[in-house]
Amino acid sequence: MSRKLLDLWVGIFVALGLAGVLFLALKVGNLSAGNFADTYQVTAKFANIGGLKVRAPVKSAGVVVGRVVDIHFDAKDYEAVVTFSINERYHFPKDTFALILTAGLLGEQYVGLDPGGDEKMLQGGDVIAQTQSAVVLESLISQFMFNKASEGPSE
Amino acid sequence: MSDDNLVEIKDLDFAYDDRPILKGISMEIPRGKVVAIMGGSGCGKTTLLRLIGGQLKPSRGEVLVDGLSVPKLRDDELYALRRRMGMLFQFGALFTDISVYDNVAYQMREHSDLPEELIRDMVLLKLNAVGLRGASQLMPAELSGGMARRVALARAIALDPMLIMYDEPFAGLDPISLGVIGQLIRKLNDALGATSIMVTHDIQESLQIVDYIYFMSDGKVVAMGTPDEIRASQHPFVHQFVFAQADGPVPFHYPAQALTQELLGKDAYEQS
Amino acid sequence: MSNPRQNSGGALLSGITKLGHRVNDALQRLGFAARFFVMLLLHSGQSFRRLHLTIRELYFSGFQSLLIIMVSGLFIGMVLGMQGYETLQRYGSAEALGVLVALSLVRELGPVVAALLFASRAGSSITAEIGLMKATEQLTAMDMMAINPIARVVAPRFWGGVISMPLLAALFSAAGVFGGYLIGVVFIGVDEGAFWSQMQASVDFRYDVWSGIIKSFVFGVAVSLIAVFEGYDAVPTAEGVSSSIKSTVVQSALAILALDFVLTSFMFREA
Repeated sequence: MSRKLLDLWVGIFVALGLAGVLFLALKVGNLSAGNFADTYQVTAKFANIGGLKVRAPVKSAGVVVGRVVDIHFDAKDYEAVVTFSINERYHFPKDTFALILTAGLLGEQYVGLDPGGDEKMLQGGDVIAQTQSAVVLESLISQFMFNKASEGPSE
Repeated sequence: MSDDNLVEIKDLDFAYDDRPILKGISMEIPRGKVVAIMGGSGCGKTTLLRLIGGQLKPSRGEVLVDGLSVPKLRDDELYALRRRMGMLFQFGALFTDISVYDNVAYQMREHSDLPEELIRDMVLLKLNAVGLRGASQLMPAELSGGMARRVALARAIALDPMLIMYDEPFAGLDPISLGVIGQLIRKLNDALGATSIMVTHDIQESLQIVDYIYFMSDGKVVAMGTPDEIRASQHPFVHQFVFAQADGPVPFHYPAQALTQELLGKDAYEQS
Repeated sequence: MSNPRQNSGGALLSGITKLGHRVNDALQRLGFAARFFVMLLLHSGQSFRRLHLTIRELYFSGFQSLLIIMVSGLFIGMVLGMQGYETLQRYGSAEALGVLVALSLVRELGPVVAALLFASRAGSSITAEIGLMKATEQLTAMDMMAINPIARVVAPRFWGGVISMPLLAALFSAAGVFGGYLIGVVFIGVDEGAFWSQMQASVDFRYDVWSGIIKSFVFGVAVSLIAVFEGYDAVPTAEGVSSSIKSTVVQSALAILALDFVLTSFMFREA
């Protein structure tokens, strides 16, 4: 086989392979959604994060605006410190409220951002002061049972 | 080392693991000569070629090629030396995935930046020397054994080496091919001004073409001489070799206990 | 006659001796393999300076594996489509079919199955080629011509395999996703928009796709190294070469699966 023909076939092979990678990146994966866009990081402290995991989405008004990048435990005040990166395009007021929410009844947990009304905007490295922890089903149920029990005798 | 010798081997020992193959070999190969190293199968002849080519390292002793101590050479020096050596392998060892032409051109392309037209002329000349210019576009699988050996010979002399080594050049050839190869070895050696070392056990063919013969047995040189001296030799080993006698200093039987003992002994063992 | 007790003691002793020899041999081979790998890397310059050497191997191990890789990928994707739909529709989440097909392919099946196919298609033929070159003294002849067989024969085959593998794995996954699409959307009738959008929302490029590519690269190194080493280390006889080919396929399969376990536990620990 002549070298030119060989080069041609190998060229076709490499082009096909790269097309495959590109297909996986753009059509199958979410690279097209600006995954590598510039981000800034903010942290928030929660008393309880429930089942939140790294890489969980951060949503505001139902739109994904960022992702959780780190979760660790603060041994001083016994709280969970959650770091998330937010797309540079989106800015939130300083007094934004961070909540841990659940998609559907038993779905995955994510961070919701509820914008406040402050004039100043959150910068990279800022800490969100107001947070609401995850709703833990067990405590909800026990609370409900307790209430029922205390109501019980009056019925 | 005298300048007349291209290769000198001094008191050479070699062992595979703990099995000694060569024991105190000394040889001198003068420039411009064709020298045969003969001996029965498995006496260490091929090992000797590998030692000269630097593919094996001796456990003791010295191998000098053109004044250079082969075992002491660094890798790049060894490769530089090997460019001046050609070797014909027992079954040719042609590269089976490329044509006869490309086989002969292989080293020229690897070791030089010569233009393809020049390489073409050189390849055709080498092939012409072995009478196979017409076969240049065949693949090695399409060649007969004798032709393959000639192509391998053309390949071995591709870079006009100063030393050509032949590992059993006559093995498995019909009498006609055998004669052709024998004549080629002599002719090419003289035409190129090279020196040839030939490892073989084909005594009759060798006696006609070589200048000097070493006989090896059991890892040692047992006899040496010019073809005339060898023919006249009364040395029992040489005599057995030249006249192809089945038994002699080289025994017909592999070492074993006496036949009667082995046959009868078994009976005796079982009865006890 | 010796008593049987002594006999069994002797057998045990010789068994232990044999075991010791085998361990010793295995360690020696491992050491040789490591040295071989270093030599291979040191002599890799030529594979890239004279690129046509590697391009030739890309043709043999890459291009010629295209058909089997893409057809297998398509079938696996189609099977995933059917099985996935069957399970997901019980929970009323058939739109998640795209996610299931894509994640299983991109993370696991693509790199692993493509590497297994590659080992038996290209790896075995690399071993056979090098082993036969050794058996017919072609490698020795090359060495005597002052041409390093590791640089000239082994390294280009190794790099050809290493470069081919991620491309083949990507094509396998892509063909598989297409197969899943074919079954899920075209035949069964899952909503096309949901199929793709759910897939894109859940498949992360860096986390999923990139990990898959890294995996297939590691498998490519492992399979190519095993293939060239088995060929280079083959006993130079017909039986020796055939047993080397066999052990290329067996060892590659084991290496791929074991490495997959290790890599997966590193890459997807959070999930």
